[in-house]
Amino acid sequence: MSYILDQEQLDGLEEALTTDLMTLGIQSVILIDMAGNVIVNLDDGKVRHDVYSLAALAAGNFGAVSAMASIIGEEEFSLLFHKGKSENINFTKIMDDFLLVSIFGNDVSLGYLRLKIDEVIKKIKVLIEQTRTT
Amino acid sequence: MAFINTKTKEVQVKLVFVGPGRGGKTTNLEYIFSRIRHRIESDMVSIKTQGDRTLFFDFLPLELGEVKGFKTRFHLYTVPGQVYYNASRKLILRGVDGIVFVADSSEARFDANIDALYNLHDNLKEYDLNLEEIPFVMQWNKRDMPDALSVEELNKELNPEGYENFEAIAVKGDGVFDTLKCVAKQVLRQLQAT
Repeated sequence: MSYILDQEQLDGLEEALTTDLMTLGIQSVILIDMAGNVIVNLDDGKVRHDVYSLAALAAGNFGAVSAMASIIGEEEFSLLFHKGKSENINFTKIMDDFLLVSIFGNDVSLGYLRLKIDEVIKKIKVLIEQTRTT
Repeated sequence: MAFINTKTKEVQVKLVFVGPGRGGKTTNLEYIFSRIRHRIESDMVSIKTQGDRTLFFDFLPLELGEVKGFKTRFHLYTVPGQVYYNASRKLILRGVDGIVFVADSSEARFDANIDALYNLHDNLKEYDLNLEEIPFVMQWNKRDMPDALSVEELNKELNPEGYENFEAIAVKGDGVFDTLKCVAKQVLRQLQAT
């Protein structure tokens, strides 16, 4: 089985992520699915991450945390965030099958970023709901 | 589940190598990586225990040419083989598009092969999948073991359905690319049919 995103959907996703997140000054944002596929990858032009490895690890990491939540009787952990010395990663689940990975420096407020992520997720959901599966 | 990106003209596919512990799943990926590392930007990712056993998974992204103008990007994963790592195995199988079962030909590991096959069926069931609908290839690894069972015996006991199968000595690279090509072809055939 496979799923297809068309040009219009992908343009819409890129535009929403650029307008709502990249303009905050974050380093990069990657929209992936839970199988580890990379759907959209945007960066500020200054970084060059190994996006496919990052996506595989992010999907695995999120899956592992969800399994831990289930073991202790939680449906899920709503906040998944890793803080580094100068770079940080925030993971946000979108519907059941997608994950938004935001990488940002200490100059960006986590609270404000999460607020903006909530806004962009609404747009992403509308775009993804039109997806075809074959 | 494969993802088709119509903007970048790219198809992303997930292949998972499963099988009993110490059967040679990671060795398959290491051999592939050793042969292609000069033409890919990524490193192979391995999450291992201190004892060098796969703890979570290995990951290797690989481009395998074009189909109908779309670049095909295969994401190769292994799962940990040991019985008690089932939660990790199940996670990695999410969205799988093709499976390679790396069996250990050694007679001493025959039961471990059976357990791993049953476990695969159980885990796929959790995602409402079954082997009949997924590209699947068997690899009889470790053909150089002194107690290796014959291919006829292995096929009779582990592969009565007659899935495509290959003999291998992954540590030397024998049979590794034959197996990979076969499962990749099956996946692409299935994608083209949809």
